[in-house]
Amino acid sequence: MKTIIATALIAASASAFALAQSGARATARQPSRLEIGRAATADEIKKLDIDVMPDGRGLPAGRGTVAEGATIYAAKCRSCHGANGEGAAFDRLVSRESGPNFNFAMDPKLVKTVGNYWPYATTLYDYTYRAMPFMQPGSLTANETYSLVAYILALNKIVPEDAVMDQSTLPKVVMPARDRFVLDNRKGGKLVK
Amino acid sequence: MDGRKTISRRRVLAAGTAGIVGAALPMAGQSPDQAARPRVAADSTKVQGPTSTDVGARSPFERPKRLSLNDRRTSSLTPLQDLDGIITPSDLHFERHHGGVPAIDPQAYSLLIHGLVDRPLVFTLADLRRFPGRSMIRMMECSGNGGRAYRREGSATDQTPQQIDGLTSTSEWTGVALATLLREAGVSPKAKWLLAEGMDAAVMTRSVPIEKAWDDALIAYGQNGEPLRPEQGYPVRLFLPGVEGNASIKWLRRIEVADQPFMTREETSKYTDPLPDGTARIFSLDMDAKSLITEPAFPDQLTGPGWWEIRGLAWSGRGKIAKVDISTDGGKTWQLAKLDEPVLPKCHTRFRLPFEWRGGETTLMSRATDETGYAQPTLDVLMAARGPATAYHFNHIRGWKVLADGSVKFAAGA
Repeated sequence: MKTIIATALIAASASAFALAQSGARATARQPSRLEIGRAATADEIKKLDIDVMPDGRGLPAGRGTVAEGATIYAAKCRSCHGANGEGAAFDRLVSRESGPNFNFAMDPKLVKTVGNYWPYATTLYDYTYRAMPFMQPGSLTANETYSLVAYILALNKIVPEDAVMDQSTLPKVVMPARDRFVLDNRKGGKLVK
Repeated sequence: MDGRKTISRRRVLAAGTAGIVGAALPMAGQSPDQAARPRVAADSTKVQGPTSTDVGARSPFERPKRLSLNDRRTSSLTPLQDLDGIITPSDLHFERHHGGVPAIDPQAYSLLIHGLVDRPLVFTLADLRRFPGRSMIRMMECSGNGGRAYRREGSATDQTPQQIDGLTSTSEWTGVALATLLREAGVSPKAKWLLAEGMDAAVMTRSVPIEKAWDDALIAYGQNGEPLRPEQGYPVRLFLPGVEGNASIKWLRRIEVADQPFMTREETSKYTDPLPDGTARIFSLDMDAKSLITEPAFPDQLTGPGWWEIRGLAWSGRGKIAKVDISTDGGKTWQLAKLDEPVLPKCHTRFRLPFEWRGGETTLMSRATDETGYAQPTLDVLMAARGPATAYHFNHIRGWKVLADGSVKFAAGA
């Protein structure tokens, strides 16, 4: 009897030790999987998974042109962002001006826009599709979104007037500011960075 | 002597007009209704008071308020000057939202985890509450906090701690470790980042390094002993201790595990920090050590020379506060402040120092040092590193100038 208890205790503490090693905060006897929750179906993932990555993963089928984008913009975007993306009540979308050396840290007059600051064109698709227009969020179709992206990129002279945006062309657009971004190098310690 | 030597706005409200029934003149930053004084019996020992209530309320003499600095009310600031200790009452926790505060039925709520996992899973709120939980007292600060002190608005002297740095708050957060949910789903070795997505009208998204999930990221459903407030993400939010508040996605509906960051609008076009060398820092998540004297501060008035207590908050996104130095002579000499227990990592820490004001003009400053050895820089040092027009992470030393008449003014980088 004593032996059995001792063995059980050793087993319990070994299991607790293993969990502590793996960073688990559960009590000793709980396995890492608790079988709580249910399997997600492919359909419900598809319904929510609207994000687009810089390499184009997540972009849906569909296409849009600059001219189509101009029409949609005039109807759904200009009241907030100005007739030509110059900004109004909300953000300015168009400008390539960034000073001699991407002077945003030094010149408070510079305004960050899609043209001078956004590093990835895919972000413009992702954000416009998920959150715009502000008063009808999530109401744009894929074709409308591609068209608006094409139009805003053309206003910024990043793509030509005859550009067609779709899941193969959009990820290939190289934004002017793409290589300006660096990972955080602050690590604490004495140095102020 | 009531032990409250510093006369702050609320204390003026509570004591300054004793005996006067009716409306007092509003102080700076107050609306007229804040200044209206409730009527109470002249002698509380001679009348029976009201009986118990289902939900309590503050004394009618105490009316701390969040403050919204823009007409659209997309954010509000915590009244730091009105608070004692380290916990922010939940209804005074600062806010920032991008599509308003959504109304979500907790019974209809679910959280999806998918992407580079073995088993894509859906959790109800009841599922999340069934997992082993944990609570942690931690601060949350918006990385735009303090911008007014850094930029030209910093030259305005009539600013309260709330106006300068009110985008920081501390709560006890309760939930399930994100790591627990990731183990449940089984994460691929290729996983490096995850996307957190909200169910507000902005469908807010941020990318989070997977290391943060394994470290201390929390899927939070509780705040200060009760369910999250709607404006804090009810029923469930992500909470990333020590990280800029924007990344702690509220109203969380989805987590996607991936091999690279998603480069969302927030983390590229907004929450990046331009630097003087022509680059911009991206994923600058950790909040640098910072401190702020909250008393005496504008619009306090020292009523005369003598002993006062300097009080304030210090915090660091990288760990515990190791010490807070205070200068009462504009930075010429520094003394160690006393830190109240508990001193917790990534959390507001209350500091105090007795101060003998001998009359005359002087400047009070505080300087936090965290356990990594990082000390809060002066404005000049920070500006040299970041540039005058950079965005976010404004943690330089703040000053308060005590004038000869006892009034206290904000003194930017002093």
